Amino acid sequence: MKTLEEIQAAIEAAVPGAGVEILPNPAPSGQHSLRLKPETAVEVAKFLRDDEELALDYLSNVTGVDWPDKEIAEKVKVTRPVTKTVEGVEQTAEETVEETRKRVEPGFLEVVYHLFSMARRHGPVVLRMRTGNRSDRVELPSLTPVWRSAEFQEREVFDLYGVVFKGHPDLRRILMWDGFKDHPMRRDYVAPDDFEYEPTPHDEVLARAQAHRATQQAAAAPQEGAGQ
Amino acid sequence: MTNPATEYAVGQRVGDARLDGRMVVDPDSGTDLLEVAMGPHHPSTHGVFRMDVALDGERITRLKPVFGYLHRNHEKLGEGHTYLASMPYTDRLDYICSLTNNWAYALAVEKLAGQEVPERAEYLRVIVGELTRVQNHALSVGFLIQDMGASGTPLMYAFREREKILDLFEALTGSRMMCNYMRFGGCRVDATSEWLDEVRKVVAGLPQFADEFEQLLCTNEILMARTQGVGVLRPEVAVSAGVTGPALRASGVIYDIRKVDRYSIYDRFKFKVPLGEHGDVYDRFMIRLLELRESIKILEQALKEIPGGPVMDPKAKIRNFRPKAGEAYGRIEAPKGELGFYLISDGGPNPYRYRVRPPSFVNLTILEDMCLGHNVADVVLILGSVDIVLGEVDR
Repeated sequence: MKTLEEIQAAIEAAVPGAGVEILPNPAPSGQHSLRLKPETAVEVAKFLRDDEELALDYLSNVTGVDWPDKEIAEKVKVTRPVTKTVEGVEQTAEETVEETRKRVEPGFLEVVYHLFSMARRHGPVVLRMRTGNRSDRVELPSLTPVWRSAEFQEREVFDLYGVVFKGHPDLRRILMWDGFKDHPMRRDYVAPDDFEYEPTPHDEVLARAQAHRATQQAAAAPQEGAGQ
Repeated sequence: MTNPATEYAVGQRVGDARLDGRMVVDPDSGTDLLEVAMGPHHPSTHGVFRMDVALDGERITRLKPVFGYLHRNHEKLGEGHTYLASMPYTDRLDYICSLTNNWAYALAVEKLAGQEVPERAEYLRVIVGELTRVQNHALSVGFLIQDMGASGTPLMYAFREREKILDLFEALTGSRMMCNYMRFGGCRVDATSEWLDEVRKVVAGLPQFADEFEQLLCTNEILMARTQGVGVLRPEVAVSAGVTGPALRASGVIYDIRKVDRYSIYDRFKFKVPLGEHGDVYDRFMIRLLELRESIKILEQALKEIPGGPVMDPKAKIRNFRPKAGEAYGRIEAPKGELGFYLISDGGPNPYRYRVRPPSFVNLTILEDMCLGHNVADVVLILGSVDIVLGEVDR
């Protein structure tokens, strides 16, 4: 099989401006991945499937990964002028101080595709696509028109992660029921308060019981000024 | 006469009328279509699974599989536990074949952490894995005959053989179905020589069972009439839809991960990959019987060659197991198809992402295409020939 660099070059030759990027994987498995731009993803996918040498005709696994916003604390060395008074004489000197700066790296949802070739018996080639953010820019192109096996698996990613696949023939929830809100595989998902009465709560159950009672009381408490 | 208290006629139901089999008119065909929900409590679905079908007389014009009744977010649970703590949960995916689930998960983690497996452990994995395949294939063929209306007796032939294999699992792992046997870098306990002798005895009896079962399938006129030419799956459609396992090979596509990836020690054994010609229900079941015979061959070779030695890599870390950051996708040829585990590690004790690629779930993608134009009674057989387990579909 071609190396990932050769695949990247072949894609760039076939689909000009594809903008495929190699993401290294440090694990011993050595399964590095190709990051596709959503705009050209379908064209690149068709090339990977139809190219004689690659012939990646079998899409095995489709899955989502949630990468929430990350707060990164960095230590930066800053040099600034400091005025000091030494023996009654004012002097200006430069001082280097270490400062901690915080910045937030925006999160995104990622969809991972594992491709194999049944005709040529090689693989896996790992493709990734990323959404703009985790709230309103979650659209990605669907690869179901290229590989039929993405149909249910993309529905699952939509259901559990909330990635909206453009061009999917039947994008509905698949494991959760239709009326369900939210996406349970996201890392910041909070399970609903489904506490049931427990006569002797303890440990974790006690904490859940107290939280449940607090919300119940808040809901039952009369509004201020109401009923006057 | 209507009841004034409830105001609905006899025979109607309040609430969801869809399950009632009400008539709807399809504007395109001009005929009346009947919408029926097959399931979720239908004996042919082998679990809690529903197919919303639209019928034109007896013929299927639309079929949408609906599942999720058994969904417990297995993958989220995996993210909340350490790597090892997920091992017993994998037993509950495909609860017929817990040992191959263990194997696929162990293989993925070993790829992620770069671990070695001792030789004896590899042999034990092959032995229990192939025993699992034998009992799964026997069971799925038994259920075919059951679904066709031959209640009880033929299925009991399969259960008799399965019982012997489950007894072996119990003797080795302590549990008949939820075995929790494999570990990262080996197996949990070593097999005694008495246990291996027991396996040899059971394996020696298997060819006779296969002959008997094959005769039941090959010479039964009713069975042939019901299954041949039904639910045909063309090879190019099967490849595009990601169908794997016996269902794919019945369509004539030669793809067995034991041969392609040569994982574990499968390159040491001589065995053939049976292929079908027509891709119908009959082929899918004959493939299972032929594969059962190939598994017996592998078992015989493995039992002859099994060496001594440790069953766990002495360098394997059990406590405080933290693979370095990275990801891995590991897959095996499970009895139902390609079972894969995809893991992302961030260097912590729990996987950052834990994904199961279940064969039954992906094989269902094509169910509608196989059923269109057939009668309702055939749907039962076509679904049975895909061989699904809902524990794995719903996760």
